[in-house]
Amino acid sequence: MISLDFILKFIVAAVAAGTPLLFGTVGEILSEKVGHLNLGVEGMMSIGALTGFMAGYGSHNLAVSMIAAFAGGMVSALIYAVLTIGFMANQNVIGLTLTIFGVGFANFVGVYMVGKTSSNTWQLSADLISQMKSIHIPLLSDIPVIGKLIFSYDPFTYTGIIIALICGWYLFKTKAGLNTQAIGENPAAADAASIQVTKWKFINIVLGGGICGIGGAYCSMIINGGVWISDCVGGLGWISVALVIFAAWRPQTAILGSFIFGALRVLKYYMPSVIPIAFFNMLPFIITAAVLLIASIRGTKGSHIPENLGFNYFREDR
Amino acid sequence: MEAKKREPLLRVVKHAELSRTQSFLLRLLAVVVALVVGGIFIASIGYNPLEVYKTMVVGCFRSVMAFQATIKFCIPMCIAALGVTLAFKMKFWNIGGEGQLIMGAVFASYFALFCDGMPHVPLIIIMFLAGFVGGGIWGLIPALCREKWGTNETLFTLMLNYIALYIVTYLRDGPWRDPQAAGFNKIARFSANSQLDKVAGIHFGWIIMIVLVVFVFIYLSKTKQGYEISVVGESRDTARYAGINVRRVVIRTMFLSGGIAGIAGMIQACGADATLSTGVANGVGFTGIIIAWLAQLNPIATLVVAFAFSILEKGSSVIQSSFGLSTACADVLQGIILFFIMAIEFFVRYKIVFAGHKEKKLSQAKPEKKEAAGK
Repeated sequence: MISLDFILKFIVAAVAAGTPLLFGTVGEILSEKVGHLNLGVEGMMSIGALTGFMAGYGSHNLAVSMIAAFAGGMVSALIYAVLTIGFMANQNVIGLTLTIFGVGFANFVGVYMVGKTSSNTWQLSADLISQMKSIHIPLLSDIPVIGKLIFSYDPFTYTGIIIALICGWYLFKTKAGLNTQAIGENPAAADAASIQVTKWKFINIVLGGGICGIGGAYCSMIINGGVWISDCVGGLGWISVALVIFAAWRPQTAILGSFIFGALRVLKYYMPSVIPIAFFNMLPFIITAAVLLIASIRGTKGSHIPENLGFNYFREDR
Repeated sequence: MEAKKREPLLRVVKHAELSRTQSFLLRLLAVVVALVVGGIFIASIGYNPLEVYKTMVVGCFRSVMAFQATIKFCIPMCIAALGVTLAFKMKFWNIGGEGQLIMGAVFASYFALFCDGMPHVPLIIIMFLAGFVGGGIWGLIPALCREKWGTNETLFTLMLNYIALYIVTYLRDGPWRDPQAAGFNKIARFSANSQLDKVAGIHFGWIIMIVLVVFVFIYLSKTKQGYEISVVGESRDTARYAGINVRRVVIRTMFLSGGIAGIAGMIQACGADATLSTGVANGVGFTGIIIAWLAQLNPIATLVVAFAFSILEKGSSVIQSSFGLSTACADVLQGIILFFIMAIEFFVRYKIVFAGHKEKKLSQAKPEKKEAAGK
C-alpha cells in the first residue's frame, strides 16, 4: 500500500536528486542559447566541486564555498570561451577536453589533498555540514504536507530554483536576453543588428559555467555527506546536457525537468526489484534521445534547438 | 573586445598558408608550452616537474613489460581515434565512439561467452565481425536519423553512449551474470579459447591496429569512397552537385566509423580484459576524439599521437606508485596540451590585426586551405 508519507518521501528525494542537474542544465542553457554547445559541463561541475569543497574546507562557510564554486566554474568556462570564441576552435573537441581535464584536475587535486590529511579522508567541518542541512523554518516547515513539500530542502535547492527563475527572466523578458537568443539563432544577423556578439557570448558562457560550478559543489559537499570522493560528479553533467533538450532550452522548464530526472534517478529505490536497475539508469538518456528524435521528426516548428548551435562565428566569413 | 566608435580593437584575418615546417614548429612549441604549464602546476604542489616527467617517460620504457603495457594503452585509443576520423572528415560530429566501442564489445562478448566451444580461429573471426557489426549498428542509428529527419548527431550520439553503457550493466546484473561470482555482479571471464592470441607478449590487437592505420590511410587518400567523404565534408551542396549520393556516403561512413570503434571494443573485451565490464570503454571513445583532432585527422599522425598519449597514461600509473600522485595526471596533461595546441592552431591559420594597423599585404592573403576544418 502506498501511503502519503511514502509519496512525500519520494518527492523530497527526487527534488534533492534533481538539484545538481538543475544547475548544470541552466548553465548549459545559457551557453547553448548563444550557439555554443559546451560538452564540458561535467568538467566545469567537477572544477566547481573542487573549488567549492576547498573553500568550504578552509572557511567553514557555505556562502563562501558557493561563491568559490561559482568562480571555479567561471574560470573553466572561460578556457572554453577563449578557445571557441577567440581562437575559433572546434566546440565539441574543446568541450570534451574540458570534461576530461576538469574531471582529471579535480581528482588529481583531490587525491593530493586526501594524502595531506592525517586521517586519509578529506572532510568538511561539522559546522559547515550543519549549514548545509535541509532548512527548517519553525512554523512553515511544520505545516503538515506542504511544509515537507516546500520548506524542507537544503540551501542549494532554493538557490538553484532562484537562479533558474532569474535566467528564465533574463533570457525571455529582458532585451539583453532576447539579443542573446538572436546570437544563437543567427550570429551574422545579430551582428548586423549591432548586437555585440563576442561580448554577449563571453558573458553567457562564463556565467553558465559558474552556475554549473555550483551544481558541482552540491555533488562534492552534499551527496557524500561532506567527505571528498573522486569522480563525485559521476556523470551528472552529462545528464544535464541531456536535460537541456528535455527542457526545450527553457530555464523554467528545467526546474520541473530536473525534478523529473531526479525522480528517475531515485525511482530505483522505490520500485519493486523485478525491473532491472540498469533500466532506470538508462531512462533519462532514452527519454532524451526520444525527445530529440521526436522534435526533429516534427520539424523546425517543434524544435527549440538554437539554429546555430555548435558552429563558431567568424565575422569575415559573412 | 570592441572599442568605442564601432572599430574593433582587435580583428582576426586569415593569412597565407604557413609552410609545413613552420606549422610543425608552432605545434611543437604548443606542446612545450603545455608541458611547462603542467610543470608549473606540478611544482606548485611541491614536486620537481623534471623528475616527474622523467619518471613518466622512463617508466614506459624501463622494461619489456612496461613497454608492452604502454602499447596496451595505445591500441584502443588509436583504433577509436581512427573510427571518429572517418566521421569527422565528413563533418559528422560523432561523439559516440564510446558507445560504439561498448556495443562492439557486447556483440563480440556474446560469441566469446556462448560459442566458446567453436574452433579457435573461426571463433576469433566471428568475434571480430560481431564487434564490427555491433559498433557499426550503433553508428548507423544516428546517421539514419540525421539523414532522414535532421536529428542533431552530436547530442544523439552522446545519448547512445549511455544507453550502451547501461546495456552492459543490464547484462552484467541479469542474463550474463556469472553465478559463481562472489560479491559484486560481474560477467564471467572468457575461456582461453575465446581470447585473442598473444604476439610478442601483447594480444594481437596491436597488429589489427597497424592494419587499420594503413587501411584508413589508404581508404581516405586513395579510394573513391574516401574522396567522397572529403567532398561531403567540404560541402554537402558541392557533393550533391557533383552527383554524389550524400545520404549514402554518410550512412556508409558512419557504419564504418562505428564499426572500427566496435573493433576496439572487441579487442578490449577479448584481448585486454578477457571479460566484459562496464569499464570496457573507460573514456577511450572520448580520448579518441581528442587524438583524432590533434592528429589533424591524419591516420599516420593518429598512431603517433595515440602513442604519445599512452606514454602519458602509462607514465601516470608509474608516478602514482613512485610519487603517490593520482593517475588523473594524464588527463590533466592531455587537456592542457590540447588547449595549447588548439590555441596555436589559430595562429597557423589566422592573424590578429590591431585597430589602426595598416594592411600592406592584403593581396597576399589566400583563402583558407581546404583541410583546415575550423568549424
